[in-house]
Amino acid sequence: MICQECNQRPAALHFTKIINGEKTEVNLCEKCAQEKGEMFMINGGSGFTFNNLLAGLLNIDPSVQKQNQNTFHQEEILQCNGCSMTFPQFIKVGRFGCAHCYETFKEQLPPVLRRLHSGNWSHSGKIPKRIGGGIHLKKQIESLKNDLKDLIQQEEFEKAAMIRDEIRTLEKDLPGSHKGGE
Amino acid sequence: MSLERFINQAVSSWMSEEGPDSDIVLSSRIRLARNFEDIKFPTLFSHEEAQSIILKMEEILRDSNFTKFGQMELLKIDELQPLQKRVLVEKHLISPNLAEDSPYGAVLLTENEEVSIMINEEDHIRIQCLFPGLQLAEALEAANEADDWLESFIHFGFDEKHGYLTSCPTNVGTGLRASVMMHLPGLMLTQQISRIIPAINQLGLVVRGIYGEGSEALGNIFQISNQITLGKSEEDICRDLKGVVSQLISQERSAREALRKTSNIQLEDRVFRSYGVLSNCRIIETKEAAKCLSDVRLGIDMGFIDHLPKNILNELMILTQPGFLQQYAGGHLRPDERDIRRAALIRERLKMEQEK
Repeated sequence: MICQECNQRPAALHFTKIINGEKTEVNLCEKCAQEKGEMFMINGGSGFTFNNLLAGLLNIDPSVQKQNQNTFHQEEILQCNGCSMTFPQFIKVGRFGCAHCYETFKEQLPPVLRRLHSGNWSHSGKIPKRIGGGIHLKKQIESLKNDLKDLIQQEEFEKAAMIRDEIRTLEKDLPGSHKGGE
Repeated sequence: MSLERFINQAVSSWMSEEGPDSDIVLSSRIRLARNFEDIKFPTLFSHEEAQSIILKMEEILRDSNFTKFGQMELLKIDELQPLQKRVLVEKHLISPNLAEDSPYGAVLLTENEEVSIMINEEDHIRIQCLFPGLQLAEALEAANEADDWLESFIHFGFDEKHGYLTSCPTNVGTGLRASVMMHLPGLMLTQQISRIIPAINQLGLVVRGIYGEGSEALGNIFQISNQITLGKSEEDICRDLKGVVSQLISQERSAREALRKTSNIQLEDRVFRSYGVLSNCRIIETKEAAKCLSDVRLGIDMGFIDHLPKNILNELMILTQPGFLQQYAGGHLRPDERDIRRAALIRERLKMEQEK
C-alpha cells in the first residue's frame, strides 16, 4: 500500500478515524505521519470545541441521565432562579448561566465535576477574605490535621505535639464550638 | 518609525527580560477566573449587565490608589482597531476569544504588561500574570495581589464546596490555569516529544502550541498547563506543574548534550543554515521563520552563535506575527506582502546586532 499523502513511499501507519459515526481510513508513510503527527496531537479536534465534548460526555453518562429523569418526575424541570437555565440546557451548552446555577444543580454536579477534575469535587484552595473567619479556620484546621497525621507517621512526635496544641487553640476560636469554651 | 523604537514599544517585559531557566522556559503565566456574584455569566448577560461590569471596573480603577503594578489603563475591545486587537493577542495580553467573540470585552493593562485583567470574556474577570522564565510562584503571588485588590470592591461568586464559581465547570474551584511556555528543540530533534506528550497528559496536564488551544507547535514552542482546577490548592497546582516542567528541562538539556556528542557538526550545520536563511531571505512564511528562529536560538544556547542575544527568539516570534508586521507597516498587508515584510524585518533585526 502506498502512502495517501505523498503517493510515493509505502504506507507504514494505518489507522481508522471514527468521528460522529463517520469512518475514515488513513494510510501514511513514516515521513508524512510524522509531519501530520503534530497536527493530530495538538490540533486534534479543530472546530470541535471543548463544550461539545463536555455535552457529549454528559449525555452518555447514565448516572447524570438517571438523575435527570428523576428530577423531571419529582419537581418538573429544575430551573435556576438566577438565570432561568435548566439542567438539560446546561448539558447542551456545557456552560452555566450564573453563579447561582452551582447551588441549583448541586445534586447533579458531583459526577460531572469528578469526571472533569480527576475525581475531585470539592474546593481546597483560596477563600475570599470577606467570607469571614469560619471557613478559613476550618480549612486551616483540616490542613493542620493532615500535617499531624504525616508527622505521626514519620514519628516526629515533638513536632506533632506542637501541631496538636495549635489545632486546639484554633478550635477554640471556631464559632459555634462547644469544646473548651472559656 | 525606526525598527529599534518599534521593538522597544512592542516588547513586553516577559519577552525582553531573562528569568530562571530561560534557556528553555520562555515564560510562566497564571490566570485566575472570577465572576460577580449577582450578575449572569457572559454567555447570558444583558447589555446593561455587561456595561455595569465595565463601569464598576472603571470606578475601581479611578477610586482606588492601587499602585503595586504601576499605572493601569482600561481598553474597550470595541473601541480598538482590528490590528490593535491582533497585536494584543499576539503579545498574549488578551485571548483570541476576547478579541473576536466578546462584544462587551475590555482589558485592564499595567504599564509593564506583566498583569492584564480581561473583562467580560468567558468569565466576568480573568486576571492574568505573565513572567519571563520559570517563575510560577512569583506570577501566582502577583495574581493573588491583583485578586485581593479586586476582591475588596467586588463580591465574587464563591461557595465553600465549589470554590470560585465559573462559567465553565472545567475552571471551577481555584479558577486557576497555570501555564509554562517551553522551547524544546532537543526533544523534537531526538523525537522524544511524541512519547513525552502522552505521559504529560496522563498527569492531568495539557500540552499545546504557542497560541493556546488548537494552535500548532510553531518553532518547537510548547505550552504546558494544568487541567484540574478543583480539589487542589493554588500552590499545589503550581508545584505539580513546576515538577513536570523541571523534569522536561532536564530531559531537554540531556537531549541537547546527546545531540552535541553524536551529531555536533550536523547540529552546527543546521543552526548556521537557518541563520543563513534568516539573514539573507527576501520572502519567508511564519512557519519557516519559526523553524529557523528555533534553530538559531538553539545555536545561541549551545554556544555556536555568540553575537546574538538570547531573547531574539521570543522577540522575533512575536514581532513576525501578522498583526505586528501590519502594525509596523502601518496598514493592511496581503499574506504575500507579509512574507516579504517579515523577511525584511528579520534581516534588519539581525543586522542591528552585527553592527553593535
